[in-house]
Amino acid sequence: MKVTIDNITLEVEQGTTIMQAARQIGPEIAPPAMCYYEPLKASGGKCRGCLVKVTAGSEKDPRPMPKLIPACLTQVQDGMIVENTINEEVLETRRGIVEFLLLNHPLDCPVCDQAGECHLQDFSFEHGVSNTRTAEERNTFEPTDLGPNIQLHMNRCILCYRCVYTADQITDGRVHGVMNRGDHAEISTYIGQAIDNDFSGNIIDVCPVGALTDKTYRFKSRVWFSKPVEAHCDCEKCSGQVTLWYKGDEVIRVTGRKNQWGEVKEFICNTCRFDRKKTSEWTIDGPTQISRHSVISANKYGANLIQPAFPISQAARDYKLIDDDRDRSFLTDQIKLEAKK
Amino acid sequence: MKILTEHIDVPGIETIDVFCKHGGYQAVEKAIKKMTPDEVTEEVKKSGLRGRGGAGFPVGMKWSFLAKPEGVPRYLVCNADESEPGTFKDHYLMWKSPHTLIEGMIVSSFALGANTSYIYVRGELMYVIHILEKAIQEAYDKGYLGKNILGSGYDLDLYIQPGGGAYICGEETALLESLEGKRGNPRIKPPFPAVKGVWQCPTVVNNVESIAATSWIINHGGDSYAAIGVGRSTGTKLISASGHIRKPGVYEIPLGITVEDFIYSDEWCGGIRDGHKLKAVVAGGSSVPILSAEMILNTVDGEKRLMTYESLSDGGFATGTMLGSGGFIVMDETTCIVHNTLTFARFYHHESCGQCSPCREGTGWMDKVIYRIEHGNGRKEDIDLLVDVAKKIEGNTICPLGDAAAWPVAAAIRHFRDEFEWHIEHPELAIQPGAVYMRPGASWA
Repeated sequence: MKVTIDNITLEVEQGTTIMQAARQIGPEIAPPAMCYYEPLKASGGKCRGCLVKVTAGSEKDPRPMPKLIPACLTQVQDGMIVENTINEEVLETRRGIVEFLLLNHPLDCPVCDQAGECHLQDFSFEHGVSNTRTAEERNTFEPTDLGPNIQLHMNRCILCYRCVYTADQITDGRVHGVMNRGDHAEISTYIGQAIDNDFSGNIIDVCPVGALTDKTYRFKSRVWFSKPVEAHCDCEKCSGQVTLWYKGDEVIRVTGRKNQWGEVKEFICNTCRFDRKKTSEWTIDGPTQISRHSVISANKYGANLIQPAFPISQAARDYKLIDDDRDRSFLTDQIKLEAKK
Repeated sequence: MKILTEHIDVPGIETIDVFCKHGGYQAVEKAIKKMTPDEVTEEVKKSGLRGRGGAGFPVGMKWSFLAKPEGVPRYLVCNADESEPGTFKDHYLMWKSPHTLIEGMIVSSFALGANTSYIYVRGELMYVIHILEKAIQEAYDKGYLGKNILGSGYDLDLYIQPGGGAYICGEETALLESLEGKRGNPRIKPPFPAVKGVWQCPTVVNNVESIAATSWIINHGGDSYAAIGVGRSTGTKLISASGHIRKPGVYEIPLGITVEDFIYSDEWCGGIRDGHKLKAVVAGGSSVPILSAEMILNTVDGEKRLMTYESLSDGGFATGTMLGSGGFIVMDETTCIVHNTLTFARFYHHESCGQCSPCREGTGWMDKVIYRIEHGNGRKEDIDLLVDVAKKIEGNTICPLGDAAAWPVAAAIRHFRDEFEWHIEHPELAIQPGAVYMRPGASWA
């Protein structure tokens, strides 16, 4: 089947989604995915970040589709023409989606463990705008413990449902889910139960933001200060294929191996993830391939030759120019009003 | 011309004996004994009956889309989760005359070949559920439900499922999820319910009023139903009239009377309450765009606007609205449109299911911004912000709740922008209790 995405035509098999086809072309064309997760069935369609314009439905019926459609769920038709990064309507909608997602998401990246490997950071960096239009207070929740190894920061959650599908599809029973509705919806267990099974740790890996964090790793390091290394072990519960994250000689974190799109290749068990933190327990396969544009590859292995595009002195000068230019005049108006009363 | 409410005031019409005395269950006898399912569907198609739940999709066409694979059961689900603010027609019909719905359910299920059908009733209407349960038991006792109905070999079981009272469960796929006992999140379409509905089987979901109308269509023929009304808006429609009118209530109107007639004639709403003037109308439940007095009475071409699907949407959203579910909310000049919009925005904020991000975050944002404007803390750029947020929600969500939340806000700003500006420019006046902006030279002033 032939499909054209951003003027690039390629042949794909029947049943391929637009997202999968775009990923075959490359990361420049692939729509962002905040909720879609290929290894998890039925995921996707919720964040609306991957909405694309279909300007011709198929060879047989070349009418354009009236609405933007989610690339992650829509299957390719023969002769379909899709516009992603070249369509202004798509980009404008995506700016809106970033804005919506950040509306109640705290900007606590400096203290968030996910920073550096956060999909929302990437999404807002690539598709968002730098200023904010909101003056409203964010919805907040208390951090909660989901068992001995996992902590939930509901403030950061974007309700992608990935952890719900993970618990449904790879563990014996799901004890957590989404409670309440709308922007007060939250991930929670019923009632304050712990998530306790051998594969529960995978919900940390699938979380696109820093909502679910590994308690054995919390605040130990920044992602870009640690070195990822591929390793394996003979585990009777899982494949034992993991990535070890080193800080100096110490393994500070164990995660599943992830592909280019941040998706876990093979889910790993909690013993591998939380308990095997000695190099002697692993066979090292070699360094993890990291995109040279990733912050994780910065300042490592001596091979990264990227220099800042502008001199440091200029950066220092510009720094002073960057100022918070949000209009807060209404706040003074409010004070005046209250003074009048 | 009354079809659904013809005998509604007869004492005891909720019992099957009185109902049968007034021509009840004749459609069941006729359909099951003398007609084939395809003939029933054909009759409904001929009638031009359009879905009464809001979208106005032709019922006969919806039925013909139903997938009919071998060996897979098919289901009919009646959407009685009526929760659109301003709409209370199904509630009235089910409460007063439950057998009208049950008769329609039997006829429709027969046409679709469904052997199990469900009525999903809003949980708040518990007493209506009791009335329906009693009526269903009576129908079982008379042999209109159960095994081998009227000796024809056709079986039908009818169940009532109370909902939890969530607005989102009125959306057909969320309703099916809820019916299956899950969290009422809308499903992502395709697949449509006609292919994979309840329990992953082909399903038709219809509104109470649509289903109730089918029995009259079978009794009198599709052509005589199509003879009522104007153009593609055939038959009669229950309108829930509320607001600042003399006679609020549920009215069955033949589609095609003028809006002016409906508001001012003594037969229907009886005009605006004493000493007041018409300011604005929400014509089809809270989701549809609000229109000012002159726009609702006349189209942009200067013709009288009619109570039909086409005439109300004449001019698109620039100058038109929608018939929707028929929740006709009339407002006089004492109504503050900003306050009214806040009420609607608050409702959608509360009822958004939270599954997809534009609706989850956008409805809350609009609510908070309008709250600020209403309480005298508005900023000049807030109005354009609201328009932009509404635009970014509309069409980008999984289900129509996003559209339904965006339209009333966008329309209120489109037609009453001066009122929002007045709130922002004169907060000290706007926060006074009952303060309403009076547009200079407005017909309602």
